[in-house]
Amino acid sequence: MENILEELKNDLNEIKKEHDLNEIKTKYLGKKGRITELSSQIKDLKDEEKKTFGANLNKLKTEATNLLDTKKEEMMAEILNKKLEEESIDISLPATKIPMGAPNIVEKIVEEVEELLMSMGYDVVDGPEIEKDEYNFEMLNLPKGHPARDAQDTFYIEGEELLLRSQTSPVQIRTMLEGKGEKPIRMICPGKTYRRDDDDATHSHQFMQIEGLLIDKNVSLSDLKGTFDVIAKHLFGEDCKTRFRPSYYPFTEPSVEMDISCHSCKGKGCPICKNTGWITVSGAGMVHPNVLKNCGYDPKQWQGFAFGFGAERLAMLKYGIDDLRVFYANDLRESRNFDRKEAE
Amino acid sequence: MISLEWVKDYIDISDEDLEELAVKITKAGINIEKVITNKINNLVVGQVIECEMHPDSDHLHICKVNIGNETTQIICGADNVRKGLKVIVALPGAILPGDFEIKKSKIRGEESNGMICALYELGLEEKTKEAYDRGIEELPQDAPVGMDALKYLKLDDTLYELDVHKHRNNDCYYHIGFAYEIACILNKKVTLPDAPINEIDDNINNHFSLKVETEKCPFYLAKMVTDVKVGPSPEFIKRRLNAYGMRSINNVVDISNYVMLEYGQPLHFFDKSALGDKILVRDAKEEEKIITLDGIERTLKETDIVITDGTKPVCVAGVMGGENTEVTENTKTILIESAIFDSVSIRNTAAHLDLRSEASIRYGKGLSYEYTEKAIERACHLLEKYAGAKVLTGIVKHDKIDKTPKTTTFKAEEINSLLGITISEEDVKTELNRLDFPFEYKDGLFTVTIPNRRLDIDENVNDIAEEVGRLYGYHNLVSTLPNCPIKKGEYKGDVKYRKLVSKRLRSLGLNETKTYTLTSPEMAKLFKYEDKENAVLPNPMSIDKSVLRTTLIPSLLNVYDYNKKRKAKDILIYEISKTYDKEYNEESKIAILMKGNYIINEWNGTKIKVDFYLIKGIIENILDYMGFKNRYTFQKNTLPELHPGISASIMLDRKQIGVIGKVHPSLNKDDIFVAELSLNALMTKTKPIKFKEASKYPEIIKDMAFIVKKETTSDEVENIIKRAGGRLLTNIHVFDVYTGENVKENEKSIAYSLTFSDQNRTLTEEEVTEVFNNIIKNVEEKIDARLRDK
Repeated sequence: MENILEELKNDLNEIKKEHDLNEIKTKYLGKKGRITELSSQIKDLKDEEKKTFGANLNKLKTEATNLLDTKKEEMMAEILNKKLEEESIDISLPATKIPMGAPNIVEKIVEEVEELLMSMGYDVVDGPEIEKDEYNFEMLNLPKGHPARDAQDTFYIEGEELLLRSQTSPVQIRTMLEGKGEKPIRMICPGKTYRRDDDDATHSHQFMQIEGLLIDKNVSLSDLKGTFDVIAKHLFGEDCKTRFRPSYYPFTEPSVEMDISCHSCKGKGCPICKNTGWITVSGAGMVHPNVLKNCGYDPKQWQGFAFGFGAERLAMLKYGIDDLRVFYANDLRESRNFDRKEAE
Repeated sequence: MISLEWVKDYIDISDEDLEELAVKITKAGINIEKVITNKINNLVVGQVIECEMHPDSDHLHICKVNIGNETTQIICGADNVRKGLKVIVALPGAILPGDFEIKKSKIRGEESNGMICALYELGLEEKTKEAYDRGIEELPQDAPVGMDALKYLKLDDTLYELDVHKHRNNDCYYHIGFAYEIACILNKKVTLPDAPINEIDDNINNHFSLKVETEKCPFYLAKMVTDVKVGPSPEFIKRRLNAYGMRSINNVVDISNYVMLEYGQPLHFFDKSALGDKILVRDAKEEEKIITLDGIERTLKETDIVITDGTKPVCVAGVMGGENTEVTENTKTILIESAIFDSVSIRNTAAHLDLRSEASIRYGKGLSYEYTEKAIERACHLLEKYAGAKVLTGIVKHDKIDKTPKTTTFKAEEINSLLGITISEEDVKTELNRLDFPFEYKDGLFTVTIPNRRLDIDENVNDIAEEVGRLYGYHNLVSTLPNCPIKKGEYKGDVKYRKLVSKRLRSLGLNETKTYTLTSPEMAKLFKYEDKENAVLPNPMSIDKSVLRTTLIPSLLNVYDYNKKRKAKDILIYEISKTYDKEYNEESKIAILMKGNYIINEWNGTKIKVDFYLIKGIIENILDYMGFKNRYTFQKNTLPELHPGISASIMLDRKQIGVIGKVHPSLNKDDIFVAELSLNALMTKTKPIKFKEASKYPEIIKDMAFIVKKETTSDEVENIIKRAGGRLLTNIHVFDVYTGENVKENEKSIAYSLTFSDQNRTLTEEEVTEVFNNIIKNVEEKIDARLRDK
């Protein structure tokens, strides 16, 4: 019996193909296999020997079966490994790009501001780009002949009454008129605006403003300052400092210019901030009582602040762009990089 | 430009560090862009104690100069250098204008330790022939040797260059106005200059009459002086005009300018003998002509204001005087005008004449009547003192100006509430006193009278709050957030729909673009699939930006070209923008352009190429997402700019909402696919989402193929199948379209896979077969079609 097991082991060691394994199995455990044949010897044995022989024979069968199974597993594993090895690829080759569109670069910054301000309860609204002179200027405390109108060289469409809006402030007027002097207002109105400027690195006849308006019963310039802080830090990082400077706009009183510390030189002074350490990013102020009155809000009851950013200017500062025309050229090599979440 | 040396006449700032003061003023809102200090180191008063000719030169002198604590040798080329003269000496280390540094040197072998200077070499006088001829500056004999020369000449002035916001650019650009600004910052008082006049016993009314016929001149004053002696100006006037950047002409002209820079009120001097005995202020006549002081003939419009002698113009009011009444060296009698003109009118006149004078700039900004009379008195005083003039009694006056004082009434808490600060009533009083704003206080109410000089302040509490706020200091405001109820912010109106579609398109792989609303007439003509006319700008900047577009597709083609030139191959872009037609109706549009591969991996051949069906898929994806499933169709239709066989109208509820197709090869040979649809059409109510349970019972799937005419659309077949299939037909899709062998040339085969199921039971083979046969019957009956392989 021991010899048989040794022979089996030898046979298995020399095996080459899976097919051979079946032959060996037949040779030992088949109907006429050598181990099967041993069982026929049992009848010739004495009764006391029969028991031991039977036990040994069963043990032999089990061991032989185990050896065969093990060998089979080994062979299967080898085959599989070989197959897997053949299938292995160069994982460094380029991926199949999943197409995802990028936002226009200026729209990216607009969305950043929108998301922040919506989380602070501001609605996002827009209005017509062909606007009445009345809403674009007159109700904003800019009567005809006001010198501040000169600074906004406007595209008139029909006489002196219809124009391409030179600012998004008329959307504020429309929102206030809808509020009928009764509803508090919290809104921003990012949108396209138009002025008679020749397009160059720092001018564009079409550009985007992001204006905001908050009207409620008890709103102060300090609240505007706090709000500006939140926006500035959201866009330019927690270490961004802010400052207010007195300014003048016909539709706000008091008026301020809002500056951020220069993120490029951290306030030390560089060409970007013209060596002042500060960059003006917004004009703002408390809504002028005349504007409130024009829109049906009683200045004795209601107060509010308004602010305005140039969207392209924000994007230029944040992303390090030095030419306004970039936003309207839509060079996909440039804009594709903007399909990603902002850094924390 | 403000001279601080000049301002000192009206307010005591002798102890102030002027750099620091500039910072304080800027912080309070008047932006000082530049502080210019006339300071030159190593510039002293010296005395020439020996002067000999240079042995090697015919014009150089070797001078020994006492500079206080020592005597030094300097070579000087000026003709007027001589022994005993007090001079200005630039010693080694001095840096003269133009970055010219004085160094020790040898001139033709002789040591020279500095330079004896002329005023123009120090940048204190214009470089003119007269200045060159005068040579080095000769100082008075009592000039103290060794003293800082600029200090001795009182030229160690500090100048502020201002960049002031519009509302303050009238009162901050003259020296008295600026003194008031300093006064409120430093909490000091302003003293106005004295102007006593010894009038002679003759009245102006004996010589002169005035009539004003235009409403654009509400205030006109005139005084008359005689016996004027035209000559050079006194030093202080010359110096101050120089500092401002104005050239001294003569005492009379200089005094007019001097008073203007002092009080902000432009004056005009007429030669009385040339003028005659009358002034009539009226609107100009159209095409009326006048030769102004600069010798140019000007043609006026009826919107201009003119000063006339009763018949002919003698001055374009508020802009420039006429040559015919100009003050000359021989002038003896002068009529002085001090007036207020309508600012808008002056701005328009200056613009159409292209004539920006000192006067027109000031009138254009708006002028207060506060100093109109004071300025004329001051001018008389100075003419009397420095031009020997005799002033006639009386003043000729036209006065229609509204002098009702502007007042505003408020409580301290209103200021606090606007600024978000807490200052007491006492603090408010202090601030108002600093501003020199007269006020009354009673029972918690302040009533402030706004000074006339501050045209920018209106009768409301916000304007007062601004003044208080800027003195309080905006840097002292503590940041807070508005105390408003919590609510969610949301995209409203069309913005909401734009955002939904925009984000969807981006996630479908299209890149957002932003292009110009204004376009050229040629571009505006392309892709006009609607019955819309274009709005055209009446005064465009250029023809290529003169029309408002009604479709965005041409703009996207521009972006395509731009990127193609930069070697981009796969271009997938969109834009959502508002458009306007001739009636100014607004419509937001979604435009898409696709070209190249949608997905590509070149090395392994993975590729989805853009074709009509892909861009159609994008459109359907948007429409399904927006809730319009089963409400839209594509109907074959075309435009001149689209491929006639590969183009369609996009229909929603049987109305056209857009176009789709391949760009016509005659417009662009590349395989470009475009689509545009109305976003407004998608801004309608859609049904809410509802859960629909998938059937628990087995589905039966059966295929059928029809051979139809080539021009038959799949939609036509599908619609018949759907109607005939009824309730049990739950899904249908095309799985094969075939032309070629076994199908005639003008025919095609379309194969459909049909799914039958019921929500509540298992269908029997018999009933499905019945429906199936009914479908075939219907299709074959209703259109020219036959079942394939029958």
